[in-house]
Amino acid sequence: MDRIKQAFASKQNLLNMYYTAGYPSLHDTLPLAKALVGAGADILEIGMPFSDPLADGPVIQRSSSAALANGMNLPVLFGQLQELRAAVPETPVLLMGYLNPVLQFGVEVFLQKAAEVGVDGLILPDLPLDEYEEMYHPMFQKYGLKAVFLITPQTSEARIRRLDALSDAFLYLVSGPGTTGGTTLPDVEAQKEYFERIAAMNLKTPRLIGFGIADKTGFDRACGHADGAIIGSALIRALEDTDDAPATAARFVQAIKQA
Amino acid sequence: MTPSYQQPTARGYYGEFGGAFIPEMLYPNVEELRTRYLDILADPDFQAELQLLLRDYVGRPTPLFEAKRLSERYGTRVFLKREDLCHTGAHKINNTVGQILLAKRLGKTRIIAETGAGQHGVATATVCALMGLPCVVYMGAVDIERQAPNVARMRLLGAEVRRAESGSQTLKDATNEAIRDWISNPVDTHYIIGSVVGPHPYPDLVARLQAVISEEMRAQLLEKTGSELPNFVVACVGGGSNAAGAFYHFLDEPSVRLIAVEAAGHGIHSGHSAATSVLGTPGIIHGSRTLLMQDEHGQITEPYSLSAGLDYPGIGPLHAHLGASGRAEFVSITDDEALKAVSELSRLEGIIPALETAHALSALGQIGAGPDDVVVVNLSGRGDKDLETYLKNMDKLV
Repeated sequence: MDRIKQAFASKQNLLNMYYTAGYPSLHDTLPLAKALVGAGADILEIGMPFSDPLADGPVIQRSSSAALANGMNLPVLFGQLQELRAAVPETPVLLMGYLNPVLQFGVEVFLQKAAEVGVDGLILPDLPLDEYEEMYHPMFQKYGLKAVFLITPQTSEARIRRLDALSDAFLYLVSGPGTTGGTTLPDVEAQKEYFERIAAMNLKTPRLIGFGIADKTGFDRACGHADGAIIGSALIRALEDTDDAPATAARFVQAIKQA
Repeated sequence: MTPSYQQPTARGYYGEFGGAFIPEMLYPNVEELRTRYLDILADPDFQAELQLLLRDYVGRPTPLFEAKRLSERYGTRVFLKREDLCHTGAHKINNTVGQILLAKRLGKTRIIAETGAGQHGVATATVCALMGLPCVVYMGAVDIERQAPNVARMRLLGAEVRRAESGSQTLKDATNEAIRDWISNPVDTHYIIGSVVGPHPYPDLVARLQAVISEEMRAQLLEKTGSELPNFVVACVGGGSNAAGAFYHFLDEPSVRLIAVEAAGHGIHSGHSAATSVLGTPGIIHGSRTLLMQDEHGQITEPYSLSAGLDYPGIGPLHAHLGASGRAEFVSITDDEALKAVSELSRLEGIIPALETAHALSALGQIGAGPDDVVVVNLSGRGDKDLETYLKNMDKLV
């Protein structure tokens, strides 16, 4: 069963929630998955912490450092994810992270483990497209894993077409220039033009908008231009000062999903 | 014919090292640079402007000085390539002059850079002042403390110095912050990387701009020794820009032994070292597949050296390839050995070297050069910026 396809076929305005594995405490990974899905998250994106996350802003950097200090690493994460499908049976789950820890773990064994625990897809932002196409794509297919690619306002039309053709999950529309969790409001009109330009391309792949979306207003606006949105840094910020991470996460999602 | 060590493949690989492992947000910038840098560098107008600036502004060619007392001390014939006499006090400006001209041709109106010891930051701030472009330099909070004179210089030159507060708060983190700035400012900004690191085409671009060092060496050696080729070329390696420049025109001359000198810090296996060729394993740092210091889970670890210009956890992919292929030999020098070399050069030749450069000088005792050998040490920078460190370590200097 292709859980990602299923989700996009059966629902609208999908909410993809990102959080960092092993944060705020090492064993929060699965309780958070359960809480987020229970409150209405449609897709989960679990961050594999890295020491040098180039595409991430200060909030996710901080959570990554904290998770590493808590003892998170890929063997620990895959240990926790053994119970992933018991906790969230239907929800598409993606792992997001940088290539270096995956390389050190071993690409093939990483893909095998991810498939084994029921992960549906991967976001590896620093994996070059050429290398994905030539070396990784066949391996992804072998293990039934889908790849999510990023698109920015500067991505050329030809490259978007190529990403669309290669993608079997969804395209991640980066909302504007900047790293995750950017606090400056992007130019709404320029952003609208960008979203509409992509929408008019009639791509085969569904689209989610991410970066800088923090609340219900941002989520609703994004849903007006795509199939849904991705929220990460705002949740991490909410988790920074809480004693009950799952309850805080659930309240966060409820506030966005309320009618 | 054996393939040249100088040229990476079309995708930026030197052997198994290099490439461009970058998030999509950086792709348009890096791609623009990749598709245009060779044409721009080859353009006669660009070259004319570059050569004029290198001569009249940087002060090139830099002298090749025969260091007679140092030669006597080591029982071989030592020449010093005086990059320390470049404007701003180090080789770094060879690259920044070239890149600022490149940035102008790309239509960029804002410049960013990272810096460790502050030499690259100063060299970038300098050319930005010259060209009237705004300049932001990222520098680790720790480095800001230990390289205060260079911070003051950058500010005097009109640059904004931004503190990198994450991680070890040194060069690696400053580079992360510069890359994040570039992600946030993808249209108007050019990122002047200071070393032969980062995604393709940066390692090749910076190596080509620093290659003037070895180009001059060949002509100067011919005049002074009767041969363009020395027996040894010695240079220190953090990321490896001065070594790349000093090695470049000798890379395909197998009779020339290339000695890359890394910082061992307190000792290679002390847990406080930056000897990447020994302690590093293949992985990805700052968009390049190269040797880097990392733990078993692929988290990049914090290097250590007393020298702020050498404590980078990776080396440029060219150097990783030179090491793996055996073309270059790697030597490690501790903090204390480097400090000794500082006082030695100061007293024997009247030249106070930068702490980074002192690592290369210290290797003179380890390379086994004989009386008939010609050894060129790339004197990459002068020691003014390190005076505070030298004062704190006077007991080790004498």
